[in-house]
Amino acid sequence: MNSKKWDKVATGVLYFIAGIMILILAFLLIYILVNGLPHVSWHFLTSSAKSFQSGGGIGVQLFNSFYLLFLAMLISVPLSIGAGIYLSEYARKNWLTSLIRSSIDILSSLPSIVVGLFGFLVFSIQAGLGFSILSGALALTVFNLPLLTRNVEESLNTISESQREAGLALGLSKWETVLRVVIPEALPGIVTGMILGAGRVFGEAAALIYTAGQSAPPLDFANWNPFYIASPLNPLRPAETLAVHIWKINSEGIMPDASQVSAGASAVLIIAVLLFNFGARYISARVYRRMTGGQ
Amino acid sequence: MHDQIKESLLKKSRATRSERRGKLISLFCTAIIILVVVSIFYFVASKGLATFFSNKVNVWDFLSKTVWNPGSTDSHGNPQAGAFPMIIGSFAVTLLSAIIATPFAIATAIFMTEISPTKGYKILQPVTELLVGIPSVVYGFIGLSVVVPFVRHTFGGTGFGILAGTFVLFVMILPTVTSMSVDALRAVPRYYREASLALGATRWQTIYKVVLRSATPGLATAVIFGMSRAFGEALAVQMVIGNAALLPHNLVSPASTLTSVLTMGMGNTVMGSVSNNALWSLALLLLLMSLIFNLIINRIAKKGEL
Repeated sequence: MNSKKWDKVATGVLYFIAGIMILILAFLLIYILVNGLPHVSWHFLTSSAKSFQSGGGIGVQLFNSFYLLFLAMLISVPLSIGAGIYLSEYARKNWLTSLIRSSIDILSSLPSIVVGLFGFLVFSIQAGLGFSILSGALALTVFNLPLLTRNVEESLNTISESQREAGLALGLSKWETVLRVVIPEALPGIVTGMILGAGRVFGEAAALIYTAGQSAPPLDFANWNPFYIASPLNPLRPAETLAVHIWKINSEGIMPDASQVSAGASAVLIIAVLLFNFGARYISARVYRRMTGGQ
Repeated sequence: MHDQIKESLLKKSRATRSERRGKLISLFCTAIIILVVVSIFYFVASKGLATFFSNKVNVWDFLSKTVWNPGSTDSHGNPQAGAFPMIIGSFAVTLLSAIIATPFAIATAIFMTEISPTKGYKILQPVTELLVGIPSVVYGFIGLSVVVPFVRHTFGGTGFGILAGTFVLFVMILPTVTSMSVDALRAVPRYYREASLALGATRWQTIYKVVLRSATPGLATAVIFGMSRAFGEALAVQMVIGNAALLPHNLVSPASTLTSVLTMGMGNTVMGSVSNNALWSLALLLLLMSLIFNLIINRIAKKGEL
């Protein structure tokens, strides 16, 4: 009887704790959305920030976030696919491969502030890029590469060996087999990982405060020449992102409506991350259906 | 005609060439990653070690002295770079948050794999994924607007301090530790449970005496991974810890961590100065700690294999 009673008690406790987990997420989401959404308006999303007065928006920061994300993914996606292919298809089982694997592990567990400081030292100062979108994108690449690479490698590893054999039997080279047979089949997994990585990059701030900088000069959205200094596309201008903006106005505290602006910006950030998350699920399901011809 | 056949047989085929090119491309991408890792270590170490070699700070003093004011010198003429308060702060928030998060995470993981593996798993899996996805500045902002006032009302003080940092980190590492614990529990073979149940054990007895025991290495990895996350987290902690480079008297007095001092200080010092080099030494310390966490995880994984 005693052990049966303990079983009931333990089950009850486990239900309780699992409930707390759900409550934590519910509280976080509700708190941010309830506090933040009232401040989100078209004006808030499009106007530029003000340092000393209230009523500023997050337009420039929002654009910077997306542009930085785009550049970072542009660099890191091809690199991670290449490295993932190497690790999954070409790497032999020897000390060199295990060294490569452990350095990817180390890179993925580095604190993002260390990655940011490395980017500051190497890209901003030594390469002379200064506080710029380009050095921010490079720092984010360093931050993102190990996780994307591992994701590509794992997705490729799930493809059955017989697919590769079929490709080779048709006279394709190994590289062509990977490109034409293995990658298309692994695409849902790869795409999901890329989108989740994009969500992670979108919210990252510690790697950016000393690379992309903490200032957002006003942009001239009428001039898209990438070499013009106030052009939105200029990769050499400093660009504070949304996440950095939230951090900055909270730790400086000179903006009178800092808490409203950060509540609104947090809500936008959370919604973006949620969209990335659901987008990843939706797209991977869709790509999978298209690739397999199922219903 | 004859020569053409001979030539096409002797020449490398198109497939061979594309194969070679492909292999080179993928090798090149991998080499870039390795290059990045090596250069991170090289640059951070060369900057961080300058404090000890060019500015002549004693390593032991750096680790144990409590006065952090590297711009000025003490009575012996050495820079006052005592990182002990930050080291204590970092370890305190890491250990405390791991101590609170571990039972929650493992209990949730047990619930997801043993108690309600279909319905509960389907609900909690996206919950943990969404919690992992919330950016750290948002956690920091919530910490600033909810946790800090809560700590101030309940425990007194300013509210900023190790306790607030612990709460924020607890929520931040909870989902990571949970999902890794789920993986560890799922790796326990099904027949272990069946054997235990067949012996007449209750579900809880099975969980406690069989499943948890055999998943211990995986669970330990999950917790240490969470700790390494907590140790390296910068902005969320910096926003709630109070940023005073002093030895904390209690859990609610303003303190600092390695990451918070780095975040605040790097922009206010001049490259190459003693204060700047001392900050790079903190970064080096962070780098080494993350390496140590990595080694521990590898060691546990190796032991678990046997």
